[in-house]
Amino acid sequence: MQDQNKFNYIIQQADNCLILGQRLAELCGHGPVLEQDIATTNISLDLIGQARLLYQYAAEIQEEGKTEDDLAYLRDAWDFKNVLLVEQPNGDFGKTIFRQFLYDTFSCYFYEELMKSSDERLASIAAKSHKETLYHIKWSGDWVIRLGDGTEESHHRMQEAVNELWSYKDEIVWANAVDAEAEKSGYGVSLEIIKQKRKEKIKAVITESTLTIPEGDYAHKGGKEGTHSEHLGYILADLQFLQRAYPGNQW
Amino acid sequence: MVISKSQIEEILNEVKDPEIPVISIADLGILRDVKVEDGFVEVVITPTYTGCPAMMEIERHINNALKKEGINDFKIRTVLSPAWSTDLMTEEGKARLKEYGIAPPNPTNEEDIECPNCGSHNTKLVSQFGSTACKSLFKCNDCLEPFDYFKCH
Repeated sequence: MQDQNKFNYIIQQADNCLILGQRLAELCGHGPVLEQDIATTNISLDLIGQARLLYQYAAEIQEEGKTEDDLAYLRDAWDFKNVLLVEQPNGDFGKTIFRQFLYDTFSCYFYEELMKSSDERLASIAAKSHKETLYHIKWSGDWVIRLGDGTEESHHRMQEAVNELWSYKDEIVWANAVDAEAEKSGYGVSLEIIKQKRKEKIKAVITESTLTIPEGDYAHKGGKEGTHSEHLGYILADLQFLQRAYPGNQW
Repeated sequence: MVISKSQIEEILNEVKDPEIPVISIADLGILRDVKVEDGFVEVVITPTYTGCPAMMEIERHINNALKKEGINDFKIRTVLSPAWSTDLMTEEGKARLKEYGIAPPNPTNEEDIECPNCGSHNTKLVSQFGSTACKSLFKCNDCLEPFDYFKCH
């Protein structure tokens, strides 16, 4: 292993991308209308693309002769370091949208900062990914406003989604030991900067959508340390089944 | 046999985007560079979107096109930086897109998109995400046809 901390740092974001990408992929053919079905699966594709670039790099740093596929398909739940937010179930469209909005308000600013990374490879992955997240945040932000400031029913459902996901909002901007070490070494970002920008963006969109910001800032944590909700196991069962049952099988 | 860079470029000109088969990978800006050194060929490509499922297919097409011409000593390398942008698309490429029925990227104003079918500017964005990751879906308010718009990236 070239650099254990850098490996862990990359895995955290790669896992966020893969698990959220997988969640959105569940909606393929099940979206509320055709255009939004296509939108969620397009975003899913972008996320899985980003996950691939990150896993490929992580596998090189690992120097164990493993590939991106080993990292995606053959690790167990406790090896995954994604935040609890991205493994939350899709719920209704309001919940899918708000989960996406909370993630996009992170990823957009995260990649923006990571573009300045001292690690050239990470900086180039960030530049590529950042362009994609700009479309994502526009889409999810517009929908929060459209549904929040929509009918009585859509407003009510959107508020429910906000209330339910609020405590999953901040784990993603909480710096653990891996983040702190990465920032100190120059290849990682300052989560503090992202946290401030993100907070303002979330506030602006919620205000425009006529929704109410819930009280309190309690944040569920655990995912970044490998302690997950019960949902992750089911996601992995779906995602990894084929490679577990038929090792090395290819299309 | 001595191979020149322009010969390789000519061969690769026949490699089209698998999802938009009228536009070559050079016109699309996916083909970034061709290097020929001591008979060894290196083809440098860049993905449009990170998850673009066509990339593997494009590599396969490049592979086949070169081998068909008897060139076996080559390598295909993928680079991410600088990131692909619609600015890399050639004017030829944009014209072909329009002919094919896809509105080409309009970097000056993404809200003023011309209908490739009737030429009207009275068009409306239906969804930012279209049939592939690089396109969004529009509707023309005049001829009422839906159409794809290749978004700026």
